[in-house]
Amino acid sequence: MTNAETMESTTTNTPQHDVVIECDIRELYYGNFKAVRDTYVPIHKGAITAFIGPSGCGKSTVLRCLNRMNDLVRGFRFEGRVNFLGRDIYDPAIDPVAIRRHIGMVFQQPNPFSMSIFNNVAFGLKLNRFKGNKEERVEMALRGAALWDEVKDKLHKSGLSLSGGQQQRLCIARAIATEPEVLLMDEPCSALDPIATRKVEELMLELKEKYTIAIVTHNLQQAQRVADKTGFLYVDTTEGSRTGYLVEFGDSDRLFEAPQEKYTQDYIRGEFS
Amino acid sequence: MSANIHPSAPSTPTPDTRHLEKSLRNKQSLFSFAMSAVVGILTLLALVPLFSVVLMLFYRGGKSLSFALFYELPPGPMQEGGGFGNAILGTVIMVGIAAAIAVPMGVLAALFLAETAPDSRLAKTVRFCGKVLTGFPSILAGVFAYGAVVLLTGGFSAVAGGVALSILMLPTVMLTAEEALRMVPRKMKEAAIGMGATDFQCVWMVLLPTSLPGILTGVMLAVARAAGETAPLLFTALFSNYWISAGGNVELMQPTASLAVLIYNFSGVPFQNQVELAWAAALVLVLLVLTANLIGQAISRRRID
Repeated sequence: MTNAETMESTTTNTPQHDVVIECDIRELYYGNFKAVRDTYVPIHKGAITAFIGPSGCGKSTVLRCLNRMNDLVRGFRFEGRVNFLGRDIYDPAIDPVAIRRHIGMVFQQPNPFSMSIFNNVAFGLKLNRFKGNKEERVEMALRGAALWDEVKDKLHKSGLSLSGGQQQRLCIARAIATEPEVLLMDEPCSALDPIATRKVEELMLELKEKYTIAIVTHNLQQAQRVADKTGFLYVDTTEGSRTGYLVEFGDSDRLFEAPQEKYTQDYIRGEFS
Repeated sequence: MSANIHPSAPSTPTPDTRHLEKSLRNKQSLFSFAMSAVVGILTLLALVPLFSVVLMLFYRGGKSLSFALFYELPPGPMQEGGGFGNAILGTVIMVGIAAAIAVPMGVLAALFLAETAPDSRLAKTVRFCGKVLTGFPSILAGVFAYGAVVLLTGGFSAVAGGVALSILMLPTVMLTAEEALRMVPRKMKEAAIGMGATDFQCVWMVLLPTSLPGILTGVMLAVARAAGETAPLLFTALFSNYWISAGGNVELMQPTASLAVLIYNFSGVPFQNQVELAWAAALVLVLLVLTANLIGQAISRRRID
């Protein structure tokens, strides 16, 4: 099955009502700095949604809104709503911790803990006081992250002893061990070499059978290769500061073949960056 | 092949490069050399008092060192023999009490300073007080514990001594633990939060284990300082010529011996045997503190990498 076929089948089989996360950012501030405005993105179940755009356009910020990681940033202020399974996750009644257990995250820099490989993957199971067979779940997660064969003989070794690409796959294994509904990936390959990148991309295509994935990437080809839907964000400098906003969103093949907005066309053709 | 390493082989008349060579005739290099020498000499000079104290300790204290010292009680003025087993035990118990108070309090305070509200007015005040308290005259800690514990409970005791020492340990433990917690890479904290860890889980499963070596270093430094303190104990634990455990159970609420106070008491008397014991006690105290420090360093080096 080629990538094109995969995309074809899922885009056609993904009806509009299968939206897991509906993200509607009206205005988003860090202190007095307006970072993002007017961005509406639906994340479809069982699909890979990519965010592309130049540096500083707020695509990572948008992604981090989806599981409230921005709460950690001082001065963060948000107007709008992010619906997950029909509930606004910014509702004061919502526990952000619970949200993050259902919406996992993989970061730009591989960030394994200074623990053994096994304990890294079992971390989420411990958080959730998982009562079942931990060994089995850890193996499942490591197989799911295509890392099992490389580490099965050294599970007690430190997670930091692995190579960069292996560390990133370890972080993916850690994220999927608890079987979250959605997996957010913030430029997961930007710290990896091309071979490791390809492995992670293949992994994403396998993972979308079970998980919904949203990914931020600098790499247009990567979005084209893996994503079913793509959103293009751009920086608006007219108000004096650099505010990111969504220019265009749609099926990846349509967006890359026939972009409708001028900014998107120029960006995809590489006429500015 | 090896000839090429020295390209200055004189085959053709080479330009004069002597001004490129090292020479003390050059004023600047001479000055630089002299300054290096001054630095070296001053360093040695600074080490003289340090080494003379340690050498003197080993010389005077080592002479009377014996196993009996560790299990016998202090002798009277004209008696021969004896030891300071009760003082070693007393020091260990009082430092233990102090650590039991100061370590949990200090680490929890550090968590507040590093994680809960690092920029709050309260945190800034606490941090400032902690720094002031690091240079707190130890005798005042003794006076405080005298008022707070001795007067309240009606007598000198190991508990009062422990409280006085804990006041001296607290700022060191708190400030080093805060530093250690801040050293934990932000990405590890993000990883935990991103997995849906609660604040408590993040602290308990990631922040504390990762910063443990740094926290232990601070604890060991504080223990080393507390073990050598004399002034606060004079007001609180006083001294005792008997074991702290009377008939099997440890009596924490009575005057308690400690190495530091024993040295203070015995070093000023005209009785030869007691003075010798003071020297031996000083050596034992230094070795105890040194061991504590070495253990602390060994633990802090044992990181996963």
